[in-house]
Amino acid sequence: MMEKLWKDGRTLDLETDSRIPDGPVEEKWTRYKGTVPLVSPANKRRFTIIVVGSGLAGASASATLAQLGYNVLLFTYHDSPRRAHSIAAQGGINAAKNYQNDGDSIWRLFYDTMKGGDFRAREANVYRLAEISPQIIDYSVAIGVPFAREYGGLLANRSFGGVLVQRTFYARGQTGQQLLLGAISQVLRWWNEGRIKIFPRHEVLDIVLIDGHAKGIIARDLITGELKRFAAHAVVLATGGYGNAYFLSTNAVNSNATAIWRAYKRGAYFGNPCFVQVHPTALPETHEYQSKRTLMSESLRNDGRVWVPRKKGDTRHPNEIPHEERWYFLEEWYPAYGNLVPRDVASRAIKRVCDMGYGLPPTGRAVYLDLLDAIKEQGKERIDAKYGNLFEMYEKITGESPWEVPMKIYPAVHYTMGGLWVSYELQTSIPGLFAIGEANFSDHGANRLGASALMQGLADGYYILPYTIGSYLAHRLGEKLPDTESEEFRKTEQEVKERIERLISVNGKTPPDEFHMKLGHILWDKVGLSRSKESLLQALEEIRELKKEFWKDVKVVGDANTINQELEKAGRVADFIELGELITIDALHREESCGAHFREEYKTEEGEPLRRDDEFAYVAAWQYNGEDNPPILNKEPLKFEAIKPTVRSYK
Amino acid sequence: MSEKKTMRLTLKVWRQNGPQDQGRFETYELDNVNPDWSFLEMLDILNMKLVREGKEPIAFESDCREGICGTCGFVINGRAHGHLHKTTVCQLHMRHFKDGETIVIEPFRATAFPVLKDLIIDRSAMDFILKRGGYISVNVGSAPDANTIPVPKHNSDRAFDFATCIGCGACIAACPNASAALFVSAKITHLALLPQGHPEREKRVDEMLTAMEEQGFGGCSNTYACEVECPKGISITGIARANLEYWRAKLKGN
Repeated sequence: MMEKLWKDGRTLDLETDSRIPDGPVEEKWTRYKGTVPLVSPANKRRFTIIVVGSGLAGASASATLAQLGYNVLLFTYHDSPRRAHSIAAQGGINAAKNYQNDGDSIWRLFYDTMKGGDFRAREANVYRLAEISPQIIDYSVAIGVPFAREYGGLLANRSFGGVLVQRTFYARGQTGQQLLLGAISQVLRWWNEGRIKIFPRHEVLDIVLIDGHAKGIIARDLITGELKRFAAHAVVLATGGYGNAYFLSTNAVNSNATAIWRAYKRGAYFGNPCFVQVHPTALPETHEYQSKRTLMSESLRNDGRVWVPRKKGDTRHPNEIPHEERWYFLEEWYPAYGNLVPRDVASRAIKRVCDMGYGLPPTGRAVYLDLLDAIKEQGKERIDAKYGNLFEMYEKITGESPWEVPMKIYPAVHYTMGGLWVSYELQTSIPGLFAIGEANFSDHGANRLGASALMQGLADGYYILPYTIGSYLAHRLGEKLPDTESEEFRKTEQEVKERIERLISVNGKTPPDEFHMKLGHILWDKVGLSRSKESLLQALEEIRELKKEFWKDVKVVGDANTINQELEKAGRVADFIELGELITIDALHREESCGAHFREEYKTEEGEPLRRDDEFAYVAAWQYNGEDNPPILNKEPLKFEAIKPTVRSYK
Repeated sequence: MSEKKTMRLTLKVWRQNGPQDQGRFETYELDNVNPDWSFLEMLDILNMKLVREGKEPIAFESDCREGICGTCGFVINGRAHGHLHKTTVCQLHMRHFKDGETIVIEPFRATAFPVLKDLIIDRSAMDFILKRGGYISVNVGSAPDANTIPVPKHNSDRAFDFATCIGCGACIAACPNASAALFVSAKITHLALLPQGHPEREKRVDEMLTAMEEQGFGGCSNTYACEVECPKGISITGIARANLEYWRAKLKGN
C-alpha cells in the first residue's frame, strides 16, 4: 500500500537546482550580490512583473520592484491591498540589532532560527535572513512605523519563544498591522507615481506557462465574474500559507491556497507540506459553527504563566486556587525557557496535559494563561501598554476580563512552514515563477519561531527578491511582453472556465462551507498536533472519500457572472481537499518527528520528538504527476556546514 | 458563558442585486441562535440555511474576523458596526442581543461608497485619498540606523493612536455629511507626529485634503459621530490637528 502513495524522484542539486552560492555561510549573500547579473535602469522599465498577494511580502516586493524601475501589476482578492492577513500579526518582528546589549548577534539569530526549525531549514537562507533583519527595522522606522519606544526615545524590545535574548520589536499588539500599513504606504506611493497598477478584487485562478516559463496569470474579477488574462516577464506569488485547509485556524476566513496549488499543478514543487504550525495560545473552540480561532499573541507568554489545577476536574474559580495547587507545567518541564518555549513544544505540552485529563471544564480542551501575577508585580499601566488591545479583544470574544480572571487558551493551526519549494533565489521549479513570504517553504524548517514571519516576509520583499529576480530577467533583455491572445493564454483560460462551470453544474445539496468543515475535522484530528501511520492512512481514505462526495454534492448557488462568494469558496475548498491529501502523504512519508511534525512512533522516552537525521535530513520537494498518479518525491539534501544539528532541548 | 439560552431573532436585511438595483429589505427568521456566536457567524449560519434551500445567500464581506483588517462593516440597528463601543462587526457577539429582537442590517451608506451587492460596498475612494501623500518617500536601502533619531515616547505612542486606523469606513458611514475627515486626519496626524514625516508634511496635508473633496466626501461639521463609531477609538482631536497642519502649510506658503 505505502509504495503506491508516491513515486521516488530525483535528488536536487544544491548548485544547479537550489542555487546556493559558494563560500562560508557568512559570505554567501555578499558574494551573491556582488556577482548577480544586473539589469540597467533603462531595461528595468521594459519589464513587467506580476505580484500576487499584498501582504508583507507582496507589498514590500511590489514597492521595491517599482522603486527599482520595473512595472508592477499587483493583484489581491481584497477590496484594498491593506487588508491582507499580515495585518493581524500581533506580537512583533525579530531583528539582530542587539540594542539591549544582551548578547544578540546575527549568528545567534541564525542559530536560534535553525534550532527553532529543528534543523530542517536551509542554512544559507536562514543566515541571509538574520543578516538582513536589522535593515528591516531601519527602513520601517524611516517610513513611519510607530514601534514601541523607551522614555529616552529609542526603540523598545521584548522576548519571544525559543530565545534567550530580547530582539523583538513591536507596536503594541498590532505589529503586523503597522508593518503592513508601512509597506502598503510605499505601494500607494508608487501607485501614485504610476509604477504600480493595483487590481483589487481579482482572484488569481491559474498561472500561464509559455515554453515552460511563467508568463502570466488568469484572474477572475470578483465583481463582474469576468476571467481576465494578464501577461508579464515574471510572476511572483506572495499569497500566504495554507493553514485554512484545517478550516479552523488563526488565518483570515478567505486565506487560501489556490494560487500556490495551481502553480503546483503546473509543475512547481511543493516543499514540506506537512510542516504546519499549531500555535499554543488561541482562544478555545466554544461552538460548532465557529468560523475561526482567534490568536492571543505569543508575547503574552513574556509575562503570562500557563497552568492547570493540580487536581483533575477542579471546579473552583481559578482565583480561588492557591499557587501551590496549580500546575505550571511548562515551567516545571522546561526550566530554562519556562513559559517561553517554542510554539511546537508549548502546543504539545498543552495537548499532553489535556489528554492526561487536566484540561479545564467544560470541554477539557483549555488551559489557563494567567497574567494576574504580572499585573500585581508590574502594575496595570505597564501591562496595559504591552497587552491592552489583546485583553480588550479577549474580553469582546469571551465576555470575561483578563484583568480579573486568567485567560483560557488552546492550540490552533496558525502558520505553514511548508509551501512552494524555492531556490536560494526564491524561484520555484518553474522558471520565472517566484514565491515569497509564507507562500514559500524556505526559512523556518519544521517550526517557525515567534516574530519571524514578519521578518521573513519583509526580508523577501524588500531585500531579497528585488536582487534575485534580476538574475532571471538579465538573461531576457529585449524579450517582448507575451501576447495574451496566444494559444497558451487561451487554453489556460478555457481550463479555468471549464472548472468553474463544473463547480456550478454539480448542483448538489451541500454548501462548500460544510465540506470545508469536514476536511478541517479530518486534518485536525488525524494530521494535526500528533500523527501516526494509522491516523494518517485513515485520513487519506477519508479525504479521498470527501473529494468524491464534493464533486457529487456541492451546491453553488447563483452564476459566475457576478459577485458569487459561494463560487469563490467552492473553488478554494476543492483545492484545499487536494492539498490536504498531499499534506497527509508528506506526513506519512516522513517517518521521524521534527518540529511541528510529531509522529507518535518516533519519540524519546520523555515524549519529545525524535529526529532521524540519517534518513530525513532533506526537504521533500513534491512534484505533481497527473490527476490519477501518485506525486513524485524529490529530495533536496540539507547540508549543515556552519552548524551541527543537535538534539533540540529547551529544558 | 454560564448556561446557554438560545435566542430567536428576526433579521431585516438589505438586499440589492448590484449597483443599479433599487434594493429592498427582506425579512428572515432565525431560531436557536447561540449567544456565543459572533454576528458574522450568525450570518454564516443563515447563509448555509439559505444555500440549502437553493436561495441566494446574503453577500457581506469579512476577512480576519479579529477586528483588524477593516474588511467587515455594515449598519446594525442604525449604528455602524452595531451598538457596542469600539467593536467591529466581526467582534460583536450575539450575547449582546435579546431573545425575540428584530435586527435591521444595511450597508454603510455614503455617496462615495456605492453598494456593489447586498451589504458589500466599494470603498476604493479611501485608497484614492491615501495615495495622494499618505506615505513618507524614502527608498529601500537608504534608511539610517533605526535609533539615529530619538522620538519622544509620548509622540510615538500618540502617532500609534492614529496609525491604528483600520480603514473600515465606519466614520464616514456615521457622519451626516459622509465626511472622511477622521480617516484622512488620522493619517495626516500619524505622520505629522513623527520626525520622519516632517519633510513632506505641507505637501501631504494639501494633497490629501484636496483628494478627499475630489472623491465626493463631505466636509466636517463637528458632530463627533465618527469618534463614537470608530472601532479603534480614534480621537477627533486628529481632525483639529489636521486643520492645524493645513493652516501651518498655508502660512508657509504651500
